[in-house]
Amino acid sequence: MAEVPSNLKFLESHEWARLEEDGTVTVGISDHAQELLGDIVFVELPDIGKEVTQSGDTAIVESVKAASDVYSPLTGEITEINEALIDNPEIINTSPYESGWFFKIKPQDISEMDKLLDAQAYESSSES
Amino acid sequence: MNKTYLNKFHRANKGHLVDFAGWEMPINYGSQINEHNLVRADVGIFDVSHMAVFDLYGSKQTEFLEYLIPNDVNKILDSKRALYSPLLNENGGILDDLIVYHLGENNFRIISNCGTREQNFAWFKKIASEFDVQIDFKSDASIIALQGPNAIKNLSSLYNVDLEKFHLYQDDEVMIARTGYTGELGVEIISSAGKGLKIWEHFISKDIQPIGLAARDTLRLEAGFNLYGSDMTIENNPYDSNLSWTIDQSNEARDFIGKKALEHLQESENCLVGFYTDERGVLRSGTKVSFEGGEGIITSGTWSPTFKKNIGFCRITKNFPETGVSTLRDKEINLHFCETNFLKYLK
Repeated sequence: MAEVPSNLKFLESHEWARLEEDGTVTVGISDHAQELLGDIVFVELPDIGKEVTQSGDTAIVESVKAASDVYSPLTGEITEINEALIDNPEIINTSPYESGWFFKIKPQDISEMDKLLDAQAYESSSES
Repeated sequence: MNKTYLNKFHRANKGHLVDFAGWEMPINYGSQINEHNLVRADVGIFDVSHMAVFDLYGSKQTEFLEYLIPNDVNKILDSKRALYSPLLNENGGILDDLIVYHLGENNFRIISNCGTREQNFAWFKKIASEFDVQIDFKSDASIIALQGPNAIKNLSSLYNVDLEKFHLYQDDEVMIARTGYTGELGVEIISSAGKGLKIWEHFISKDIQPIGLAARDTLRLEAGFNLYGSDMTIENNPYDSNLSWTIDQSNEARDFIGKKALEHLQESENCLVGFYTDERGVLRSGTKVSFEGGEGIITSGTWSPTFKKNIGFCRITKNFPETGVSTLRDKEINLHFCETNFLKYLK
């Protein structure tokens, strides 16, 4: 059974968002998503400073099986990317919620967080 | 959906089950890359019981097979062994690929793909009606593949048989053939489902890792083996599918299905070759490739766990240069054309 931490918010397309103490939001893909993709072999991350929009395609994750877009849960500016994923993308498989994060956003409007699914709602959407 | 007799095992052992040509089969048991690497380095076990087993009966089996397939069954009559061949229609189009096993005098078995089983059964019966041959489709057969450099060592805990490549051993219940789809040392073990379950459980009790279909696909690609339905279909012929070596015309008097059509197809403008790229990303089937003076399309593409790069097959116009280009997510990717057997070519 895939793990769904209760402190995170989700897009139905399997991205998670976590509000950090400094006001930025960390983004990654869910345990369920990495299971669906299987062994991940490449990621393409956005440039730092890039403006992204809520539900806009922002990164790409590619497994042996298939390539998938990763959507941004929020509108804002990319402030940091997880460069460790470039050489070791398998971290996403082993630690989707911690070491396997993709990028951080400085959100334009933090109230967009309210539009995201909570853990319970995500869990039932990903089961269907 | 169809299920093999090992479906319960797959379910209980972390098998991620998917629909594969109407069969519920394990795509992986956790990590396809780990499974792939185990087969290259040690040993793994595959349930491939979804594939179709046909046993032949009747007095004219050799004559039937001489006519049925372009490869010549006379090559394997001197001993118990196996022969690979495409199955062609009258136009030289590829209906499937299969392995013919010579079990003894006038005693043959055919194993073909699963998605084509109904087509093949009907085709075999139609052709057999012109010979004294009957076709028995073994719907409850078990096929277990034990593959990897330590396969024979592990096999010896059950069967102490030392087989040359493509040769086979048979007792009343079990056939063991030095065949496989991985490019590694290994055997395929064919039996009834009841016997198969005992064999499977024996190897599982020896901690041999079950391997899913996803790793089977990357293993076969690295070894340069075509996949029917991807790298060749009825629209293709042996010459544009890297299978001209399977057309045996050494006995000019032998007639076989598609023989006449092949005379013209020899000048096919396309061929099937390997490609690889060191650039990031994975070019997949259906992607176009181009080069000076020609073009083509990728038929299989994956990330190679052994060589840690994107490899695959593409069908391109003949007289291709060493390199070409393709496009992945609006980026131009440079690729190298090569032989399909990456295990030999890239090592």
